[in-house]
Amino acid sequence: LQQPGGSSICKCLKRPSPSRVFVVRKDQDIYIQTLRKLFNESHGIFIGLQRSEEELAGKSRKAQLVQVSKNYRSVIRACMEDMHQAASKFVSILSAMELIWNLCEILFVEAAAAGPLLLRLLDWVRLHVCDVDNMVREVLSSENPSKHELFWNLGNTQTLTEMELKWQHWHEECQRYLQDGTFASNSHMESICKILLGDEDAILEKKELLATWYQFLVTRLLYSHPTVKPMELRFYAQSSMDLFLGGESSPEPLDTILMAAFEFEMHQVIKECSIALSNWWFVAHLTDLLDHCKLLQSHNLYFGSNMREFLLLEYASGLFSHHSLWQLGVDYFDHCPEYGRVYLELHIERIPLNTEQKALKVLRICEQRQMHEQVRSICKIMAMKALRNNRLGSALSWSIRAKDAAFATLISDRFLKDYCERGCFSDLDLIDNLGPSMLLSDRLTFLGKYREFHRLYGEKRFSEAAKLLLMLMTAHIAPCSFWMTLLTDALPLLEQKEVIFSAEQTYELMRCLEDLTAGKSDKQKFQDDDVETMKVEMLRLALARNLARVIVKEGTLEGS
Amino acid sequence: PRPDPTLHTTKTGGVIFVQDNRISIWSVGDLGNVGLNGEYQGEPQLLCDIRHNGDVMDMQFLDQERIVVASSTGTVTVFHHHQNNQTLSANQRWEKAHSHVDQDTSCGGAACTGVICNNPEIVTVGEDGRINLFRADQKDAVRTIDNADSSTLHAVTFLRTTEILTVNSIGQLKIWDLRQQRNEPSQIFSLTGDRVPLHCVDRHPNQQHVVATGGQDGMLSVWDIRQGTMPVSLLNAHEAEMWEVHFHPSNPDHLFTCSEDGSLWHWDTSTDVAEKPSFLHQGGRSTTYFSHNTINQSVVSAWLSNDPTKDRMEITNLIPNQTLSVNSLDILGPCLVYGTDAEAIYVNRQLFA
Repeated sequence: LQQPGGSSICKCLKRPSPSRVFVVRKDQDIYIQTLRKLFNESHGIFIGLQRSEEELAGKSRKAQLVQVSKNYRSVIRACMEDMHQAASKFVSILSAMELIWNLCEILFVEAAAAGPLLLRLLDWVRLHVCDVDNMVREVLSSENPSKHELFWNLGNTQTLTEMELKWQHWHEECQRYLQDGTFASNSHMESICKILLGDEDAILEKKELLATWYQFLVTRLLYSHPTVKPMELRFYAQSSMDLFLGGESSPEPLDTILMAAFEFEMHQVIKECSIALSNWWFVAHLTDLLDHCKLLQSHNLYFGSNMREFLLLEYASGLFSHHSLWQLGVDYFDHCPEYGRVYLELHIERIPLNTEQKALKVLRICEQRQMHEQVRSICKIMAMKALRNNRLGSALSWSIRAKDAAFATLISDRFLKDYCERGCFSDLDLIDNLGPSMLLSDRLTFLGKYREFHRLYGEKRFSEAAKLLLMLMTAHIAPCSFWMTLLTDALPLLEQKEVIFSAEQTYELMRCLEDLTAGKSDKQKFQDDDVETMKVEMLRLALARNLARVIVKEGTLEGS
Repeated sequence: PRPDPTLHTTKTGGVIFVQDNRISIWSVGDLGNVGLNGEYQGEPQLLCDIRHNGDVMDMQFLDQERIVVASSTGTVTVFHHHQNNQTLSANQRWEKAHSHVDQDTSCGGAACTGVICNNPEIVTVGEDGRINLFRADQKDAVRTIDNADSSTLHAVTFLRTTEILTVNSIGQLKIWDLRQQRNEPSQIFSLTGDRVPLHCVDRHPNQQHVVATGGQDGMLSVWDIRQGTMPVSLLNAHEAEMWEVHFHPSNPDHLFTCSEDGSLWHWDTSTDVAEKPSFLHQGGRSTTYFSHNTINQSVVSAWLSNDPTKDRMEITNLIPNQTLSVNSLDILGPCLVYGTDAEAIYVNRQLFA
């Protein structure tokens, strides 16, 4: 049923008539607030199952798997309780899910054998009846409990054969009472006796007290075939459904699913559930559990992945469209050996990074899985954003995280450009404290060292400053484009009263200047404006003067 | 009754989910009323909640009734908890307390990453590198330091009533003197080695010179801010970002840290096991806490010593089956509370049992 606008609704179970679940495919179920608890809690159970000991064999492994199944069901029930005050339509869906899961647990996970099987089915029906219809519960509980004592001992002290014999004996006794006419005076008692003997007609007479065909089934089995074997269930189930529905109504999706379970057609159960239920949660988790029970042969789908993986991938993909549930999805992809990695790579790039903290979480996930390309890509995105917002320190921080030398160079150039334009450094707290990260890129190293030069000059440590300045050029730490600036920075040092640059150093500076000017083509020299030419002239003059002074100084006897 | 889930239908027929972030107040029972075994029976009860725009990045109680919340949208809101009828209302709001300066070129908003209160003062920091000083009853900010930091400020705490500590994403710890008018920190401390971003900071309740910070690499650093510019001890802790660090407010030889790696660690430097203070009479106005002078002495040396093993520091992971990140924690008396990315809140009421 589609409402205009595309959202769809689900009709609830009608009580007390036979369960009818109309479910319609709803694209983004997961956005229902109250299901978040289901997703979160089941995620924990899922992870626990994947990590659980495979070495445990036989009974202990089975017990472990049954416990996992019970844990899943208790989460479903907890959600049902939470939703109880809210929309009843969701309670019905959960109720149906729990019903199906419970049956699968009995038949597949626990694989209850003849004897305990009926007990489990009794509990199963009772549990669900309590949810649906109190009246029926009263009827069932009004049966004389002593008659069932035999069954309560099942599995404890008696073997199946012993139990069958006792039951046979009791059954014959009942039959005798009926034939003797012991209850002839009371039609109600007679009716009960017939029911106890498993008389189908007698049971069907009370049809209005039974909500569903599977209640009928279990009731029948209780009184006629309590030691039913698992493989015999299908026959009784089919006939029960036929008898109960009696051609009046056709089976609903839920009926089909349960029938498939009674027929032990696991793949059919999963297929029908996928169609009937509107989200992947149920089939994904159930199939995974059944797979751990080693019950599913590899059922190859056309693209080669097995069913378990296919369903988990679908479920997890759905989670990624949610702003915070995507984190659960990551763990599911991790446990899909064939395509999980690829899916994760595709999905993780699409997570909106609205805060730095979120970006950090995504990065951590990528780093833990050696997804280097994604790490670089995300860091670059964040760094670019920071750069555009003029947060140079943040941009650098992202470059360091990605070890992105190219971006570090970009940021350094930005700083240097700012310096040239404004004549002073911005963000000194950053440049002065680069530490080892300075080595990430040559340009960054230059930036740090250049700032250090300014600091030394400010502290009047001129000879150290001079040495550093020269080194920046001779060691080629400074980019060529910056040499003119550096030489210009040398001017005040050259014109100090005291001689700072040694002769050797002066020669070096001259050589740098000549390298710089020689490198220019004639055309460039022609285009150089007067300022540029004058600068070069001034430098040449200053260098010559310094050379003169220093030769004299160095030539003079020491100490005089 | 719960409100219906928030769904919107777009014109094209898709269903989009409206972010349903909420501020909630829960009751975990009366701290003074525990049973014979100290066990509290029953689950935390939701008292009231209110919608919040954007992710909640940080929050703190301003006083008994007011809570200051930092949002990913850059807004700072003061909520009022009305205890008489158990409701929450938004009392005051500073929109765009944090934002990127040039709105024309601005690329996305700037989250407010940290808030700290000292009634009536509120200090906030954010991704824009800005520091704001608000007063609860004043509409405009008392003081704003734009571009206080060229990188993201991740957390802030009070050092003294007029001084704050901030940590940033290039591994620096800075002290700011709010009395001074200049927009420069009074002191800068840096990590040795790589400038790993720092995410959280806390100051020792009694020893004001002892500061703990947590980094992106999960490392716990302890600083003595009286001396030097580098941490005194570096303790390898978590395997991923350390989101929060807290000294126990009344028993500070215990420290707690939580991380993206899903663990929550209890660091215990109390040297004499037998002398653990009793917390059975926690809470209430007239309670006197144990003050072990001897323990305080060893506390100082323990936190500032370079060799934690020498002073028998016990470190315990309080989470048995860790899966998703533990984003936040708080402690009071014997009670520890923490929240995870699995949308669960855990309350441990017998921390020292």
